[in-house]
Amino acid sequence: MAELQTRTEPVITVKNMVKKFGGFVANDNLNFEVFKGEIFGFLGANGAGKTTAIKILSGLSIPTSGEIKVAGFDVYTQTELIKRNIGYMSQKFSLYEDLTIKENFRFYAGVYRVPQKEIMPRMMDALAEVGLIKYKDRLISDLPLGWKQKLAFSIATFHNPGIVFLDEPTSGVDPVARRNFWEQIFKTVQKGTTVFVTTHYMDEAEYCNRVSIMDKGKIVALNSPNMLKAAYKVDNMFDLFLKIVR
Amino acid sequence: MNRFKAFVIKEFRHLIRDPRTVFVLFAIPVIQLLLFGFVISTEIKDAKIAILDFSRDDLSEGLVNKILASDYFILETELSNINQIEQAFRSGQVKEVLVIENNFGRNIVHDGAGAVQIITDASDPNIASLLDSYTRNIILDYQQEISNKTQAASTIIDVEYRMFYNEELKSAHLFVPGTMALILMLVCALMTSVSIAREKELGTMEILLVSPLRPLQIVLGKVVPYMVLSFIDMLVIIVIGHFVFGVPVRGATSLLIGTGTLFILLALTLGVMISTISKTQQIAMMISLVGMMLPTVLLSGFIFPLKNMPVVLQAVSLAMPPRWFLQAVKDVMLKGAGIAQIWHYLAIMFGMLLFFIMVSVKKFKIRLD
Amino acid sequence: MIIAENISKSYQENQALKSVSFNINDGELFGFIGPDGAGKTSLFRIIASLLLPDCGSLKVFDYDVVKQYREIRQITGYMPGRFSLYTDLSVEENLDFFASVFGTTLKENYELIKDIYIQIEPFKDRLAGKLSGGMKQKLALSCALIHRPRILILDEPTTGVDAVSRKEFWELLDGLKARGITIIVSTPYMDEALLCDRVALIQEGNILSVDSPGNIIKNYNKKVYSIGSDNNYRLLTDLRAYPTVLHAFAFGQYLHYTDSNPELNINDLGTYLESRNHSNISLQVIEPGIEDIFIDLMETVKVN
Repeated sequence: MAELQTRTEPVITVKNMVKKFGGFVANDNLNFEVFKGEIFGFLGANGAGKTTAIKILSGLSIPTSGEIKVAGFDVYTQTELIKRNIGYMSQKFSLYEDLTIKENFRFYAGVYRVPQKEIMPRMMDALAEVGLIKYKDRLISDLPLGWKQKLAFSIATFHNPGIVFLDEPTSGVDPVARRNFWEQIFKTVQKGTTVFVTTHYMDEAEYCNRVSIMDKGKIVALNSPNMLKAAYKVDNMFDLFLKIVR
Repeated sequence: MNRFKAFVIKEFRHLIRDPRTVFVLFAIPVIQLLLFGFVISTEIKDAKIAILDFSRDDLSEGLVNKILASDYFILETELSNINQIEQAFRSGQVKEVLVIENNFGRNIVHDGAGAVQIITDASDPNIASLLDSYTRNIILDYQQEISNKTQAASTIIDVEYRMFYNEELKSAHLFVPGTMALILMLVCALMTSVSIAREKELGTMEILLVSPLRPLQIVLGKVVPYMVLSFIDMLVIIVIGHFVFGVPVRGATSLLIGTGTLFILLALTLGVMISTISKTQQIAMMISLVGMMLPTVLLSGFIFPLKNMPVVLQAVSLAMPPRWFLQAVKDVMLKGAGIAQIWHYLAIMFGMLLFFIMVSVKKFKIRLD
Repeated sequence: MIIAENISKSYQENQALKSVSFNINDGELFGFIGPDGAGKTSLFRIIASLLLPDCGSLKVFDYDVVKQYREIRQITGYMPGRFSLYTDLSVEENLDFFASVFGTTLKENYELIKDIYIQIEPFKDRLAGKLSGGMKQKLALSCALIHRPRILILDEPTTGVDAVSRKEFWELLDGLKARGITIIVSTPYMDEALLCDRVALIQEGNILSVDSPGNIIKNYNKKVYSIGSDNNYRLLTDLRAYPTVLHAFAFGQYLHYTDSNPELNINDLGTYLESRNHSNISLQVIEPGIEDIFIDLMETVKVN
């Protein structure tokens, strides 16, 4: 949304990352860095290799080759440390539908070892921020999609991770909720958190400080939205995407 | 009809694409039979027998020699009168007594028919029943030999069977009908319900419902492949039981297969019924396992004799299809019963079948809920 | 012609559709635009005769969805929201199966689905489960079309699909429309509204508006301002603090702002923003998009 004023230190460095499944090359020599406090948009067509890359960066999968560090930790040997220092939210949201908001918070706080006496005050802060304090004892299954998604984000960032991965977080939510969600992201970024996000909404790509566009396993473009639009002589990210991927 | 054919072809394709399941469906009955069977048959090598030969002629001695020459039997003692039989069993050494009638040889030569009696210690019914069938096989062989030798039109050795201590043969050879009930339940009820629930879970049921396929076609299409599979399974079990373990089929084979087919249909409709109330494969599986398999094992008389159960459980077992199937199959296979003796079991199963079909058709929805 | 009158549907306490009425003309490409949970899927299932409405009547080409579901199912092609084909069957086997189910063959209708099928034909022996997202969607569309339906019902065919595949998909729909097939499609992507002949904007079980996208935009009487500065995030906060603000939301590179005062002087707003120390301010009135109008309708409903 705003150009990143100064280049800070990188929190993700990817050098020559390759991931093969048998003969199929899902990630073909990826190189990029993500800087502290930026919103990094990770775009690409279905099947371009985004999910594979996110799995590697979040410590769920080991690359075939390459030198990759996330939050200062190595993706081959320090996956446990990586997992402890990142937040992750997918399009399917990781909330337990049959638990209440509070119970979900407690569960994830336990998973990430948030100190017992900090849990309640921090949960109240988080809920105040999304305006849902009075619903804390409601079951997740009774909430509208937009709320669930905000909560999923609050929970993904509850242990104050340095980096949070968002995989198509706004898929299918209404236009107002989608924007509220992005405002939640902007707030989080102000605190110095790095956001790594994928989306199929091209207007959302504009909110990123920088975007990369993947096609057939390769990164084919990487820059700020304005620079990319200028370079490809298009008005908006949708046309840019069509021009690059088609 | 074309629609239905396409549906059945599709179902078979699902099966082919999932060879592991098919393998399991055939491997389970075989493995289970072999386990049951071998546990029992290892005990009958060198079983000790006693012989009471009233005849003592060439033909009777020939029979005794033939039996003793087999791997299974060792002569413990020769008896001279009937009163010694019980004594022989009491000693605990003898498992079987073979009684040969007076003038055995002469009767065969003159009338073409001789009689022997096999008496077993049925306190261990599995062994008793196996010994009986081994002895019978040897006698049959011998009968053939004599026929060839004497060139008589036919020779019949009439075998009478008696058991000591357990005359009703409570569980002998029950493992074959029991395994059959269990496997048919598994293949029919579980697989059918899971496969219908899978369509719901995948969302393909939505597409099938908006198509011109009728609910009955969908249900039957689901049922046909498993009917074929379970029919093969049933034959495999009968064949292995009979030829590997010598479990007799004393009644008519056609009646046995007919009874089995009725039970297959019953189990299939049960599966369809389960699927109408389960939305996911997991639920279908849980209901089938807990609701079908456990009662089959526990409440049908397969493992625990019905007579020893509390009255409440006995009452519950009346509603268990496998109970009636077991009863019918046991009677046909082991007692040689004809349709006249088991018609009421068949009638009960048929009644259940009609009931389940009615419930399933009523419950199968033409829409989503 | 599809005529829906006062259709309602509830699941326990949750009212998915609240007395919805609309008409869809023959040969029309009609879009239901709205987010997840708006009631689109329930409505589509009712049209496809898969679900009974609690009350109201719905007729598809004069067939009643409750009584004449059998006739409706003959003429309807339906593509549910999630991929619903047999993943353990190949592309061709799936198509053959659905063709036989409708008493036809792939050969007989090859010409109709040719444009779509040709793109997946090279993979016809591949299991459907192993196809990429875009190809799965084309296969599903081919299967829904295999019996030459008069009406095609597509529930969120483009959700989770990338921008390029979405564009291609809509081009395919245009081709089908040209053959006179009535197409009903739902989508959460507001930009896709422009590709429909007419749209119904739907939110929380209510239809907010039904018209052609052009008319919806033409009849919208509020001014939308597109505003940008060097710090859009702070700009958003400041705009929301402006006394006569109606609403302000991020729209890509710019913010879209609507004021409660129709006579707002654009210079006043500019002066205000300068007073809040914004630099490089761009400020202009733009033609609203469907998404602007949708948001405005949503916010209006909320206030009421």
